[in-house]
Amino acid sequence: MVTESVINLQAANSEAVAAGVPRSQNIIIEARDLSVYYGEFQAVRDATFSIARKEITAFIGPSGCGKSTVLRSLNRMNDLVPTARVVGSVKYRGIDLYGPLANAGEVRRRIGMVFQKANPFPKSIYENIAFGPRVNDKLSKSELDDIVEHSLERAALWSEVKDRLKTSAFSLSGGQQQRLCIARALAVNPDVLLMDEPCSALDPIATGKIEELMQELKSEYPIVIVTHNMQQAARVSDYTAFFSVETGDTSARPTGVLVEYDRTANMFSKPTDERTLNYVSGRMG
Amino acid sequence: MSTDVSVERLDVSTTLTSSVTGVRRSKDVVFLIVLWLGLLLAVATLATLIIDTFMTGRSRLNMDFLTGFPSPFPEDAGIQSAIFGSVWVVVPAGVVSLFVAVCTAVYLEEYAAKNSRVQAFINLNIQTLAGVPSIVFGILGLAFVARGPLGWGFTVRTASVVLGMMILPIMIVAAREAIRAVPSSLREGAYALGATRWQCVRRQVLPAATPGIATGSILGISRALGESAPLIMLGALAYVSTNPSSFSDYYTVLPLAIFKYATEAQEEFQYAAAAAIIVLLVLMLALNFIAILIRDRSRKSW
Repeated sequence: MVTESVINLQAANSEAVAAGVPRSQNIIIEARDLSVYYGEFQAVRDATFSIARKEITAFIGPSGCGKSTVLRSLNRMNDLVPTARVVGSVKYRGIDLYGPLANAGEVRRRIGMVFQKANPFPKSIYENIAFGPRVNDKLSKSELDDIVEHSLERAALWSEVKDRLKTSAFSLSGGQQQRLCIARALAVNPDVLLMDEPCSALDPIATGKIEELMQELKSEYPIVIVTHNMQQAARVSDYTAFFSVETGDTSARPTGVLVEYDRTANMFSKPTDERTLNYVSGRMG
Repeated sequence: MSTDVSVERLDVSTTLTSSVTGVRRSKDVVFLIVLWLGLLLAVATLATLIIDTFMTGRSRLNMDFLTGFPSPFPEDAGIQSAIFGSVWVVVPAGVVSLFVAVCTAVYLEEYAAKNSRVQAFINLNIQTLAGVPSIVFGILGLAFVARGPLGWGFTVRTASVVLGMMILPIMIVAAREAIRAVPSSLREGAYALGATRWQCVRRQVLPAATPGIATGSILGISRALGESAPLIMLGALAYVSTNPSSFSDYYTVLPLAIFKYATEAQEEFQYAAAAAIIVLLVLMLALNFIAILIRDRSRKSW
């Protein structure tokens, strides 16, 4: 698997040189000049980046730099905040996510999400997984059973819970709950998986399991992960976007900007922007 | 090492008690005594009332009393028509206002734009309605339901509609609180899987809010069960010796049966009034007990 991703990266990099757009053949989500406002406040300004297949993309940066905001604008979760407004374009397979062709529910089904704090539904383990497929399709009992088993297997949780599918999801440990949430996201067969600091509430062993799982999943599901932990970004990701904050003259609250976006190896060894260097070397943030 | 620390702590606490002593300590005790007295007063009043009522009414507490109908002879007087009347009036009132209240609460909490003018206007209305004295609902019912545009007369449905209107604001507030208490992470989880707003509300928010809605609405229903003022205006204070068999029948209810017996001249009717109070209290306690059961049950299961 390591060789595979290296080959991909080399291919991607040569394309990047040729076309000026990284990994152009494999791009699944492309954001151009993406700005997000909450009311009058501009949370993020003009972020341009792309998400490619078979890769893990990490968003890093200090608190308040808008990385979670950007993540949530990729599957229209920001729509749930009444004052939120998105300017610029986010294209998924060439379709504008905020255009007339995109339905927010369908966007969220295709671009799944795992949250910072595991948020299982107050139902059984089985019902947690079955909820997504049920709201999207009419399915028979046996079809649902298959989806539940398959999803839990993909999230490396099946062997731990197969004998107690009817028990409460809250009976699981924190790490298991987070893997349950990953399984729940996989159950609706998404195209992309967004993860908003999925390990920040977990101990190192549970974190290790999630990271391992991400490596297994990335060949099928491109993953975008927001993380506060730079070691985690360096460990798991293929591409890294570094966000930082800029204090404008008019706004009291700082606006987030995408400082640099490159292969993770480059970002951590020879970043081109001084702010990135300061951040990854621990001198700032 | 650890003994050193505990010795040091002990020293500190000794100095504290010795330097503060007297005044503060006794203030603390006095305050505690005041609290106990307050509690004692509340419990003693209630206990006296219940015991006194029970002693007065116990001679009449039997099946004959429960199944009997009003009678000019106190020893024959019963409350069957009042019990059935209460059920006929309160159950539909509770069911209909529960439905309306849940719809209202879901709209206000999940659909309406927060902080909009419409929202503020509706909030103001609900708060005002919740504070309106119940007799005013009686007058309203008299003018618009019993007479006026609807002209339903002094019937079960008139009483039911008026009591329903009366408890509606209480139920709306309870349902809103219950829905607001559902963590937003639950909604996010549902939306992130592609659920529509209705699917999210129907399958996640409402089930999670059910215990809160249930307890709130049972409290509203027990309020309706004990209400007498508006029904005085609506013909419930009548000599009704048959059970209602439809919504357009005459009726009486338990609180007004109590009122009627208590205001009779013959002393024996006082026993009947006391016995009816016990029955009403038992019904109310049973409703509250159900509310507690629902709450505890849902807490345990997840």
